[in-house]
Amino acid sequence: MIDFGFLWQAFVRLIAGLPITLELAATAILVGTVLATALAIVAHLRVPVASQCVAFFVFCIRGSPLLLQMFIIYYGLGQFRHELQSWGVWPFFREPYWCAITALVLSVGAYGSEIIRGGLKSVSAGLIEAARACGMSGFLLYRRIILPIAFRQALPAYGNEVILAVKATSLASTITIMEVTGIAAELISQTFRAFEVFIVAGAIYLTLNFIITRLIALLEYRLSPHQRDLPVKTNIEARP
Amino acid sequence: MRIVLDKLWVGCKNYTDLVGFGEGGWGRVLIAGAGVTSAIAVLGFLIGSILGSLVAWAKMSPIRLARGVADAYTTTLRGVPDLLVIYLLYFGGNSLLSTFAGFFGANGFVGMPTFATGVLAIGIISAAYQAEVLRGAFNTVAKGSIEAAHAVGMGRWLLFRRVVAPQVLHYALPGLGNTWQLALKETALISVVGLVELLRQAQMASGSTRRPFEFFITAGLLYLTITVVSSLLFRFAEYRSACRMGG
Repeated sequence: MIDFGFLWQAFVRLIAGLPITLELAATAILVGTVLATALAIVAHLRVPVASQCVAFFVFCIRGSPLLLQMFIIYYGLGQFRHELQSWGVWPFFREPYWCAITALVLSVGAYGSEIIRGGLKSVSAGLIEAARACGMSGFLLYRRIILPIAFRQALPAYGNEVILAVKATSLASTITIMEVTGIAAELISQTFRAFEVFIVAGAIYLTLNFIITRLIALLEYRLSPHQRDLPVKTNIEARP
Repeated sequence: MRIVLDKLWVGCKNYTDLVGFGEGGWGRVLIAGAGVTSAIAVLGFLIGSILGSLVAWAKMSPIRLARGVADAYTTTLRGVPDLLVIYLLYFGGNSLLSTFAGFFGANGFVGMPTFATGVLAIGIISAAYQAEVLRGAFNTVAKGSIEAAHAVGMGRWLLFRRVVAPQVLHYALPGLGNTWQLALKETALISVVGLVELLRQAQMASGSTRRPFEFFITAGLLYLTITVVSSLLFRFAEYRSACRMGG
């Protein structure tokens, strides 16, 4: 009943889209995290005007569908072609690839900033006081004390965000990018075998997400040696 | 200065003509699209609640097979892009329906109704998220209260209705609010199979007027409105629930 030959063919076709999926996800997560951190710090410090702008930006991104945001960037900005050309950024917004990346980065930035802000909130005042007592201030304080602790605290929730970002790359297929989902859609319309294609494409995404969750769990483990039990020293082996 | 203001005025006038309710305005159509979006989201969310409760129940069942199936369900649907699930339901449903119709003598293509596909897709995806929320909420229900209910001789159904369900609902409300927002935003994906909801409507309008920016921004404003109104409703429900729980 199960046609393994077809499953294998589908796998070969679909796996060709994996590099693009990975590229989109990696860029979105890396650049998005930088944006998220910046937004979270602005919101956390309650910088006047800027923090209200951040709150509004986060509200807009979180309150509307990502697909719509992608369409605004890809189709909507095309309307301002002359302006964009005069600013020299048209070659960037002409490419569906960069439009998809822009939308994904903004999305990771907005959702991620809320998570990192939660992490920043969890840094206890005592630690900051201690750092200040040692004479740290400003950038050094953030780099050495606040951000590492905030990131560690936010990591489990951020892991979910990373998975969501990987899933969100599939929307790029709607603006003509042939990543795994785009190829899957093409394959379904060519063969009318939706179920088989779904199984293979789903398995690719599940494997990818499984690896990512394991990596994040590993990172979490590495970053929290203080929460582990101390290794118990036994002298049994040492004795003859 | 004068020229800039004039330009701005004309721009605003053009925009309100474009998305307004007058002649040649797309306001009514967009509002109708927002209605379809809300309807899919609400129906899908309700189906998701029913299915999600069953999945949560299976996840806590003493039967290993039930737990395994439920875990596989939530892992798969939370790990696979929603767009793929929609493609599966729509195209898979099409071929299933065509085969079935073939048995009854109809020949040729029988398509899935897009609205039903949308509702079903949202329901199936939302169920996976809601199951996790409900299970988490169940775990926070004080075990003592269940013991106490046993002690006063409540039967299973009464215990569920009077003790477990109200507490679970109370603890789950914030999480359910989040899954509702997810469901609402997912409805936009149904536009890929041709259902005319808000996003698709905006797409069609921008296709015939060549003004995509205005229409997508307007659609965005409508989505934000639905989000704000529904989050206010959820906050009200949380407040009411807190009053009833005496918290």
